[in-house]
Amino acid sequence: MNENVIDVVDIRRDFVVGDETVHALRGVSFTIKQGEFVTIMGASGSGKSTLLNILGCLDTPTSGEYYLDGSSVRKMSKDERAILRNRKIGFVFQNYNLLAKTTAVENVELPLMYNSKVGSAERRRRAVSALEAVGLGNRLMHKSNQMSGGQMQRVAIARAIVNDPAIILADEATGNLDTRTSFEILTLFQKLHQEEGRTIIFVTHNPNIANYCSRNIILSDGKIKEDTYTQHIMNAAETLKSLPIEDN
Amino acid sequence: MNIGNFFKISFKALANNKLRTFLTMLGIIIGVGSVITMLAIGQGSKKSIQSQISEMGSNMIMIHPGAQRRGGVRMDASSMQTLKLTDYKSILSDAQYVSYVSPVVQSNGQFIYGSNNYPSSIYGVDADYLEIRQLSVEDGDLFTDLDVQTNAKVCVIGKTIADNLFTNGENPIGEVIRFNKIPFKIIGVLKSKGYNSMGMDQDAVVLTPYTTVMKRILAVTYLESIYCSAVSEDMTEKAIDELTEILRENHKLLANDEDDFTIRSQQELSSMMSSTTDTLTILLSCVAAISLIVGGIGIMNIMYVSVTERTKEIGLRMSVGARGRDILTQFLIEAVLISIAGGLIGVLLGVLASVAIKMFAGWPTYIQPWSVIMSFGVCTLTGVFFGWYPAKKASRLDPIEAIRYE
Ligand SMILES: Nc1ncnc2c1ncn2[C@@H]1O[C@H](COP(=O)(O)OP(=O)(O)O)[C@@H](O)[C@H]1O
Ligand SMILES: [Mg+2]
Repeated sequence: MNENVIDVVDIRRDFVVGDETVHALRGVSFTIKQGEFVTIMGASGSGKSTLLNILGCLDTPTSGEYYLDGSSVRKMSKDERAILRNRKIGFVFQNYNLLAKTTAVENVELPLMYNSKVGSAERRRRAVSALEAVGLGNRLMHKSNQMSGGQMQRVAIARAIVNDPAIILADEATGNLDTRTSFEILTLFQKLHQEEGRTIIFVTHNPNIANYCSRNIILSDGKIKEDTYTQHIMNAAETLKSLPIEDN
Repeated sequence: MNIGNFFKISFKALANNKLRTFLTMLGIIIGVGSVITMLAIGQGSKKSIQSQISEMGSNMIMIHPGAQRRGGVRMDASSMQTLKLTDYKSILSDAQYVSYVSPVVQSNGQFIYGSNNYPSSIYGVDADYLEIRQLSVEDGDLFTDLDVQTNAKVCVIGKTIADNLFTNGENPIGEVIRFNKIPFKIIGVLKSKGYNSMGMDQDAVVLTPYTTVMKRILAVTYLESIYCSAVSEDMTEKAIDELTEILRENHKLLANDEDDFTIRSQQELSSMMSSTTDTLTILLSCVAAISLIVGGIGIMNIMYVSVTERTKEIGLRMSVGARGRDILTQFLIEAVLISIAGGLIGVLLGVLASVAIKMFAGWPTYIQPWSVIMSFGVCTLTGVFFGWYPAKKASRLDPIEAIRYE
């Protein structure tokens, strides 16, 4: 595996809305190494989601190069990008994006349904173990509308890790959740990072969260304003213990 | 990805949204069902009129005396006496394209049995007449050639006559009824034919040898008409030409003389009637076409809306690695399953509705196989196309565009 998992060079993304052109990204370049846990921060509208969608191969930049694991995404066909999303990327959306009226385990199985190398028995086994990893081993058959926000977000995370991806991308994965649940999720990400050495990019607007990651990129108006490495990475599990326990 | 996975995905998507699946199917069910029912009513009326015409007789040709009337000019009496027994005999011996021939003479009067009487006509005919008019004797016998030769006072009566004269349920056969004081022995009863399409009672008839009517009742030497059957429907034209030739020769008409007789055929009548039924058919075809279009548009809408509404789902599936063709395969399988299942249920309901209409409303309905195939085909294809097309459009988007789609 290439040392620089992600290498973006002068990425721009324009949106044409009516007669106006919105410059969501105005030339962004950076590299992310294997095993980094990066937060991307910035004011609302600064281009965080746009950048993350491009990194997740969900969107195409207007110009610029994006090398994922050394190969140029721009040169790939749609199908190749789909396979890339299926095998190398785990994406967690802010609003979960689970299949409606579908059980947790079926939602998590979804990426593996589109991978012919995985048979149905293995698919089920891996979905169950992903759900166990996010602490939902006892909620396998719950449908998406029968779960709380935190549970749905954990199902979404389980779906993002079930295909054993090279990078995990999370767009405000804790944005809709209360502090306690946010730290539970953060603990989960830290575990995935520290114990399994996964590369994680975590978009957030909560500056506090940056202290729990190894690197912090701040966007402003479609450009990188700051790119710093965290000196003392805090432990989310400990913070979680110190939080007052709410009754719910 | 293997095809089993596709079916699993499609079945789950359908099963997880039973209401949507049902409503989509309902569009197709109603589309197919209503078109089949509409066409069944149309075809039924057309067929019933056609069968009433063909029940009148078999390839019947009717010869009447006198030239074709034009502009209401009245004919003098002598021109109405041009058909003679010799004409009948010539047709009998010479006509090649005619399978049955019978003279017809008729008289009106009262039939009396005991204290019952009933006004009707007595028809003097040959035994062939029954073949021509598709009549048959149910009880008893028909008069014989000997009866014809001897002007026998025997008759065969229709059901209506029997019912009105023999009110106490007596067996009419062997009984004697009087017509204008002349006694007739009943030797047979005709099988009932009911009312014809013009509302005439086809069972209010009494048949007797034509010689009996000519000599004993009317005392005439001319015939009122001659009825024939062409050997087949296709031969009707030829038969008419042949009959014209025979009659012109018999009547010693010169080349420039007009015919002193008129020949009409059942075919002519049926083509006259079929212009009426054609109007009906056009009307009902329009109704069917409109139902097909309305049904098709309904299916189109519901499929289009339900697939478009799932653009987000499509985006989500693509975001976890579904390729464009994976999405298309899934939606195609769903559309085919919904459309075929809906189509089959629609066919079933359409058939049931047609049967129910026949049973409860008494309208003649007839389901033609092509109407089933056409409505099923059009509706299912519409369903499949409009299930496929929006999915195709959505699968071309970037996943994030599809997810954001409102
Ligand atoms: N699909 C889109 N169409 C038009 N403009 C968009 C679209 N997506 C994002 N933008 C614009 O791009 C800018 C950056 O958006 P986004 O990346 O969502 O910001 P953030 O996630 O940092 O809040 C905003 O000004 C937003 O209005
Ligand atoms: Mg955002």
